[in-house]
Amino acid sequence: MPVTRHITPRTGDVVLLVGTMKGAFILRADARRRDWEAGGPYFPGHAVYALACDTRAGRHRLWAGPNSMHWGGMLRSSDDFGQTWTNAVDANVKFPEGAGAALKQIWQIVPGRQAEPDTLYCGVEPAAVFVSRDAGDTWALVEGLWNHPHRARWQPGGGGLCLHTILLDPERPGQIRVALSTGGMYVTEDGGTTWRPSNTGVRADFLPDKHPEFGQCVHKVVQATGRPDRMFLQNHWGLYRSDDRGETWTDIANGVPSDFGFGMAIHPENPDCAWIVPLESDEFRCTPEGKLRVYRTRDAGGRWDALADGLPQDGAYETVLRDALAVDSLATPGVYFGTRSGKLFGSPDEGETWSRLADGLPPVIAVKTVVV
Amino acid sequence: MSLVFVIPGALRELAGGRDEIRVKGAATTIAAALSLLWAQCPGIRDRVITELGEVRPHVNIFVDGEDIRYAGGLDAPVHDGSEIFLLPAISGGSGPGARHARVRRTAPAGPDQLR
Repeated sequence: MPVTRHITPRTGDVVLLVGTMKGAFILRADARRRDWEAGGPYFPGHAVYALACDTRAGRHRLWAGPNSMHWGGMLRSSDDFGQTWTNAVDANVKFPEGAGAALKQIWQIVPGRQAEPDTLYCGVEPAAVFVSRDAGDTWALVEGLWNHPHRARWQPGGGGLCLHTILLDPERPGQIRVALSTGGMYVTEDGGTTWRPSNTGVRADFLPDKHPEFGQCVHKVVQATGRPDRMFLQNHWGLYRSDDRGETWTDIANGVPSDFGFGMAIHPENPDCAWIVPLESDEFRCTPEGKLRVYRTRDAGGRWDALADGLPQDGAYETVLRDALAVDSLATPGVYFGTRSGKLFGSPDEGETWSRLADGLPPVIAVKTVVV
Repeated sequence: MSLVFVIPGALRELAGGRDEIRVKGAATTIAAALSLLWAQCPGIRDRVITELGEVRPHVNIFVDGEDIRYAGGLDAPVHDGSEIFLLPAISGGSGPGARHARVRRTAPAGPDQLR
């Protein structure tokens, strides 16, 4: 077994939670974000697609969804930045008897709103949402989505039939949006009882009908905190913006080398600013031209500018997956991403300059940030 | 009757640190034998069996050296004194411990060494 190194974040630090195919790592730096200290590996040998930090109600509780190829997966939490983790006797996220399904992967963990500090959500494969109302001790399947008549026609993408995005509307408590591959985006306005698709304008190039009601392969969706009618969507071919909370979508693939990609992140304050990492195609899921470039828009998708200062530009055929791009919440946000080749990059200045924070990690599948 | 379960390294935390669990009770099938094990070590159940009641696809169970997949699945017979191995399948990587697990009495290496 590898020796796990621990770190102790201090107040004001930026913490990166990094999930890989063979375990998780935690990095910390002060607000300058120049010198990083790394801890891990946690859950060695487990794929960690989902990570989160719950900072509500005075907590600094890390959540992870490690999955063992052999022994399955469950949610585990730590109140001491990874030094100790819970290990529930019974799997805490599992399909109820009669659902006819078994958990394959936990893809997303989302703490609930500030007003509901004991509520958490997680998205899983096969595509479903689970909710906890007791700070993660017990979890229940959100039956309204699971029983949706469309579910029988959802199809697995390359990563499986995964529900990978959960967005809690910051102003409307009953509204939750989820995205799944392959099914598209769905919204509930009654806290999860009923759901409807919300994909108008989003293409499905792989179907005879290019604009179906549902069935799009949405890779990631983000929503502006301060202006929640503004959303961005990275599709399996297609880059979109919505100014009406996802009711309609407009193509904004202006000046990008490809509108295929996975990861997407939005500025914590500026609803016009978002980041992506375009990949060449679904056939060749690597950065175009062997250049590792992050693209940023500051005008809501009117144009996208390449950010490459400090990133390899020669023979860099990299892949950045849907949860491996993240932005922190400092006044000048830092941007971070990991690659399937095990590199972790960070920028303290919104992507203007980059440095390599780690190399030689197992394939990176998740990057999350929190300021503690 | 008495049965012996050999616990792999990854699950020993859920078995009080033990590499072997001896259970007593009536069981004619591996399914019934596993229920006796769950009664002593409930945390092992969800690591070995899915919500659908199936053995996880990358977990192997051997009863007296026979893989239950070729001996009736969860209906595979057990007998007084049967020795039951719960093992991570070799599918995660290579490791001599797993290859010889059918005949070795000693519990094989933990799963992290098999990937």
